[in-house]
Amino acid sequence: MKTGLSLLMALLVTLSFSVAGADEIINGAGATFPYPVYAAWAYDYHKATGIKFNYQSIGSGGGQRQIVGRTVDFGASDDPVKPDALKKDSLLQFPAVIGGVVPVVNIAGIKDGQLRLDSDTLCGIYLGDIKKWNDAKLSVINPKLKLPDSNITVVHRSDGSGTTAIFTNYLAAVCPAFKNNVGEGKAVKWPAGIGGKGNEGVANYVKKTPNSIGYVEFAYAKQNKLTYTQLKNKAGNFVEPSFDSFEDAADSGDFDSKKDFYAWLNNTPGKTSWPIAGATFILLAKEKKDSNVKTVKFFDWAFKNGDAKAKELVYVPLPKSLKDKVRGYWKANGIQ
Amino acid sequence: MIQKRNPIDLLFSVITAGASFMVILLVIGIFAVLMKESSLSIERFGFIKFIITNEWNPVTEVFGAAASIFGTMVTTAIALMIAIPIAIGIAIFVTEIAPDFMKGPIGAAIELLAAIPSIIYGMWGLFTLAPIMSKYIEPQLQKYLGNIPLLGALFEGTPMGIDLLTASVILSIMIIPFTASISRDAFNLTPSVVKESAYAVGATQWEVVRDVVLPYSKMGVFGGIVLSLGRALGETMAVAFVLGNNHQITASLFNAAATITVTLANEFTEADKDVYLSSLFHLALVLFMMSFIVLAAAKFLLFKAERRSNV
Repeated sequence: MKTGLSLLMALLVTLSFSVAGADEIINGAGATFPYPVYAAWAYDYHKATGIKFNYQSIGSGGGQRQIVGRTVDFGASDDPVKPDALKKDSLLQFPAVIGGVVPVVNIAGIKDGQLRLDSDTLCGIYLGDIKKWNDAKLSVINPKLKLPDSNITVVHRSDGSGTTAIFTNYLAAVCPAFKNNVGEGKAVKWPAGIGGKGNEGVANYVKKTPNSIGYVEFAYAKQNKLTYTQLKNKAGNFVEPSFDSFEDAADSGDFDSKKDFYAWLNNTPGKTSWPIAGATFILLAKEKKDSNVKTVKFFDWAFKNGDAKAKELVYVPLPKSLKDKVRGYWKANGIQ
Repeated sequence: MIQKRNPIDLLFSVITAGASFMVILLVIGIFAVLMKESSLSIERFGFIKFIITNEWNPVTEVFGAAASIFGTMVTTAIALMIAIPIAIGIAIFVTEIAPDFMKGPIGAAIELLAAIPSIIYGMWGLFTLAPIMSKYIEPQLQKYLGNIPLLGALFEGTPMGIDLLTASVILSIMIIPFTASISRDAFNLTPSVVKESAYAVGATQWEVVRDVVLPYSKMGVFGGIVLSLGRALGETMAVAFVLGNNHQITASLFNAAATITVTLANEFTEADKDVYLSSLFHLALVLFMMSFIVLAAAKFLLFKAERRSNV
């Protein structure tokens, strides 16, 4: 008994020492999508400065709740919070990194970037109106391809996700029928298709199911070697998903620091813009000056030193002009 | 009497009693939290109406649990139908038929199966079982059973492998070890004297199992089934990947569906509106009550049967 007690004491003493000796720490919680890149930045930041960056990927809804409740230094969200909602909870918001959503297909004989889709056909497929790959609407924009006379298997996400939010925001923006019948959001009632859990679930179904189409984060399309499609953008050009086309979307995106960067990067007007993209956002509590300085220092460092790492993980870094806008926003709100 | 009690004994009984009451407190606490969190949804949709509404639309913020409850009951029922005969077969083989040197390894294998985390079953289901189901098993079922009137309706549609049947098969594999190991323990309790007497009067192995071992241990076997039923009702990750989370009620087992737990696992993290989150808690409350009712009913049956056999 006595030895047990002294052991416990010893344990407590060492524990309290390790807490006292802990490094400065930034606590954040939220979106799952940017977790890998935040974690990679956190690792490098810790090596460079000794400051720990602790990020819990509990989901965007949770991230918003946590920062409203002021239990974390920052919250992270895949969908932008509207300026009036920010004002109500006295929050600040800025974009951190950009991701894109890419339609992927599995059709025998069709290779990367060969199939062309536009907003009309993509919408028709996801509404269940276009049922076969040799539909006249698809043949018109793909005169050189021989598309099979087989049913399209539509794959969507089964779980609530920022990917779905970006994808449905795009479809609702370009296609009134989708807006009226389905609407937009992180989870919607899909009129057609089967649901896969997570990007990996959708990627797996598309890979294993002939004549299927799905939508995944750009990173998953690349890493799983899925066949991506071309997409017609607002300027009327067919573009392929690439770092350049995402950066162009970010450049021509309507980010305004006066609106707390509330913007979707869908259907942006740039000539080579990829039409389905979105930034992931950081939320700060306006009155918590000290923790905001800590958080902003981290992201300032990441903006300077983290682009290569982000690209390695197939995230699109913010373009320089946007980074400068964000820095201006920090200054204007008295951080730094 | 109390004064004479040894203080260590007293302390011991206080600690054990505390631990037991903790369980009751926890159950009440969970129930209270579920009630509180789902109050918004109960207010908006009504408790009964929520259960019978077959609509789950986060965009229009209309929520109902009918499809999830349907999926939960169908997958659990099919899983039990597959698992019970296999599990009892395993238990009979291990206790009555297998030579001694095989009993150990088979018993260990069953217990290992029970120790595999359910997420592993989920990933295995997604990457291995679903393609096998859609390519080989489901087309065959459709070919041979699809034309039978009524029964055929169960096997309609394109076999995708992400459906009620695949989920049920995974669930059944998960609950086999529970039923099997409890049944085995129950069978082992049959006194050898009784069995040997039966053999002595010329009973065959089949007759001994049917007329001696099974009647003697039916309570234990039933207990094992109830335990697996509870597990199947609440199982989440194993089915979350292969059910598709489509809120629909269909006759065909080849359709994607949702169970209560699958809905929670899929939608909880990104539920950003208050009604949405509250409806998910409401769903959890429904599952909590379902499990409670099922387990209570099973205990009651067990109790009644025990009394009858004692008389």
